Amino acid sequence: MDLPTLWFGIIAFLFIGYFVLDGFDFGVGMSIPFLGKDDVDRRVIINTIGPIWDLNETWLIVAGAAMFAAFPEWYATLFSGFYLALLLILLSLILRGVSFEYRHQRPEASWKRRFDAMIVIGSAVPAFLWGVAFGNIVRGVPLDDGFNYTGTFFDLLNPYALLAGLTTLLLFFTHGTIFVSLKTDGALRQRARRLATRSGVLTIVVAASFLLWTTLAYGSFLSAVLSAVAAVTLIAAVLANSRGREGAAFASMAATVAFAVLGLFLSLFPDVMPASNDPANSLNIVNASSTPYTLQVMSWISLIALPLILAYQGWTYWVFRKRVTRAHIESAQAAH
Amino acid sequence: MNEWLDPLLLSRWQFGLTTVYHFLFVPLTIGLALTVALFQTAWVRTDKEKYLQLTKFFGKLFLINFAMGVVTGIVQEFQFGMNWSDYSRFVGDVFGAPLAMEGLLAFFFEATFIGLWIFGWDKLPRGLHLATIWATTIGSVLSAYFIIAANAFMQNPVGFQMNEEKGRAELTDIWALLTNKVALAAFPHTIFACFMVAAGLIVTVAAWHLSRNQHLDTMRPALKFGLWMMMIAGALTVFTGDSLGLAMVQTQPMKMAAAEAMYTTSTGADASFSIFTLGTPDGSSELFSIRIPYLLSFLSTHTFDGTVEGINDLQAQYVQLYGPGDYTPTIWITYWAFRWMIALGVLHVFTAFVGLVLTRKKSVFGAKVLSGRWSKWVWKAAIWAFPLSLGAMIMGWIFTEMGRQPWLVFGLLKTADGVSPNVTGLEVLISLIAFTLIYGTLAVVEFKLIKKAAQKGPDDLPQPDPETGVRRVETTVY
Repeated sequence: MDLPTLWFGIIAFLFIGYFVLDGFDFGVGMSIPFLGKDDVDRRVIINTIGPIWDLNETWLIVAGAAMFAAFPEWYATLFSGFYLALLLILLSLILRGVSFEYRHQRPEASWKRRFDAMIVIGSAVPAFLWGVAFGNIVRGVPLDDGFNYTGTFFDLLNPYALLAGLTTLLLFFTHGTIFVSLKTDGALRQRARRLATRSGVLTIVVAASFLLWTTLAYGSFLSAVLSAVAAVTLIAAVLANSRGREGAAFASMAATVAFAVLGLFLSLFPDVMPASNDPANSLNIVNASSTPYTLQVMSWISLIALPLILAYQGWTYWVFRKRVTRAHIESAQAAH
Repeated sequence: MNEWLDPLLLSRWQFGLTTVYHFLFVPLTIGLALTVALFQTAWVRTDKEKYLQLTKFFGKLFLINFAMGVVTGIVQEFQFGMNWSDYSRFVGDVFGAPLAMEGLLAFFFEATFIGLWIFGWDKLPRGLHLATIWATTIGSVLSAYFIIAANAFMQNPVGFQMNEEKGRAELTDIWALLTNKVALAAFPHTIFACFMVAAGLIVTVAAWHLSRNQHLDTMRPALKFGLWMMMIAGALTVFTGDSLGLAMVQTQPMKMAAAEAMYTTSTGADASFSIFTLGTPDGSSELFSIRIPYLLSFLSTHTFDGTVEGINDLQAQYVQLYGPGDYTPTIWITYWAFRWMIALGVLHVFTAFVGLVLTRKKSVFGAKVLSGRWSKWVWKAAIWAFPLSLGAMIMGWIFTEMGRQPWLVFGLLKTADGVSPNVTGLEVLISLIAFTLIYGTLAVVEFKLIKKAAQKGPDDLPQPDPETGVRRVETTVY
């Protein structure tokens, strides 16, 4: 495999990691108004991702930095082109992140409600807009011969990209509610499971139409196969969830997100940002990439770092494997 | 188009605003991580309650601050692509590497172990839990190194060659990039300054409580610790600042000339350091000035008969080298930022010194002062330690970044040539307003929360189990 292809793979891997992991954080955040009957419940929900949301979000930062190092042209075109969309994502991530930390700092209900609302918005907006952004990348956007995006913010809001946004929104919502049922107990766990089944069915309908559209309009044979696999694992996740097999449901859901994102990346390959106006202006893994020397250095670093990263992150998940219970929150509350 | 809708100007304001803002939280994250790690180590080794209380107390301030550092950092990672896409295309091959290395080697590490530390009190054995805060500290310091190496490339580009055909800089030597002499000098200077800022916070908080005669058993050792850290870190910051100054004179003489607002090349006694200068409004000549002879010569070359190049000569040289243009930074900003950085830093070390003298155990004089009629003012001065040190830090960054202008990458790419060509002034105005509003609001909330937590003081520890004698260590929940 040549270096640009390897790096295309590494960046796909980092984005898959980001969407699988922060994807359920988004879902957990969005589920608060549906599942949190009282403050203790809401704290239980937030604490399911308390120790891990930060490291999950870091996948995005690393994916962005890896893109900068390996495909500077892709990084420059994407983030300057989708300026306002990305601004909304960044502002949402800021609000979400500080809200986790600030929410429990004061006891007043009005204070907590404000930050709950910010967590919901800060989770829903990126969950939707990441879909819109990736939908547009797959669909292709107008680029000039310097690879600069020539459209406007509103050009990004086309039907295909909006459907992509709705798909990621629902996927992450279901992913997150399944995660809540996996990590809590009692009535909350039951409510989360029921909600996941209902949203799961809706997700299947929307995601299936999106995957079909993608395959017919932009897909290759390989991306079609992956889309089909994603559809099967999604159905399996919803079935497993309705039978109370939480672990299997969560794993299938993670696989769904992973296969869907991989499918999108493969439908691009070897382009990274196809130009909709003139194929000559498309960015691909060759004209967007850094020099072989830079890619080589970065490959060595990744070779050492990635296994370690997976190991210590896996260990973190293991340390926090227990369910978060109401009793856990109440005893912490009593101590203060 | 309106002049104020200039995307270049607005993007510069946005980068300055978001970066300075981000850097209000970073030094505290780095410095407090170390502090908390030290207090926790003291607790694990001595089993004394006061150290656990201090760990928990400063740990809480650390966490309130940490969240802001994280979320404002994401903006930094993407802003190059958003507002400076031509810069990103130009340097990505070189500049992207340290950023990606930071992510892979430091960010993940820090983000993972901070989670383990915050929520792992009741899940990990004591020694392992202690290791997680040390891992967080190491991660944050390592992350600073890669960022400073990236920044050093902008100040003094090394380890690359130009590819004229593609119009970009390409990495040829990663080791040269990572051992850039500006990075080697700037890294210790920045890290010690981070420790200095954290020490400032500790002194501020401890002095506030002690002046009210409360929490004596924890705040007395905290004050002592803070003052020592302030003294040592402050002195090392000054010391390393000197070697950074030397590297700066060698690589960016214009920056030193601009720091001094020195227009003509001077040698020996004439290369004097101005303490205070009043000039004509356009800065081209001076009306009144207090100067120390030889000092600038010494700072720039470590000799008393050295020659320091002036702005006008450098400007002429650069025109020859790079073509017509204005190669002078905004002098009043570099001049005053440089002075304020030094003044605040020196004042900081002086405060620490006086504090240490006054709090000596057997000092009759100290006891007299701290109980006498001036005591109120002494404590008030100590409470200003934190804002002073943070101010020095910010002035240092403003100086080094504004002093690089008009260059984005020194000698290679001008700031005006790095901005995104397709992002409109209106778009940048929207984002600038959004960042200003959100950052402003969060600053108020953040300040109130930290103040409230700091003024509450350390919590009492839960009583040990009467039967087993074991004290349950509470963990954090959101």
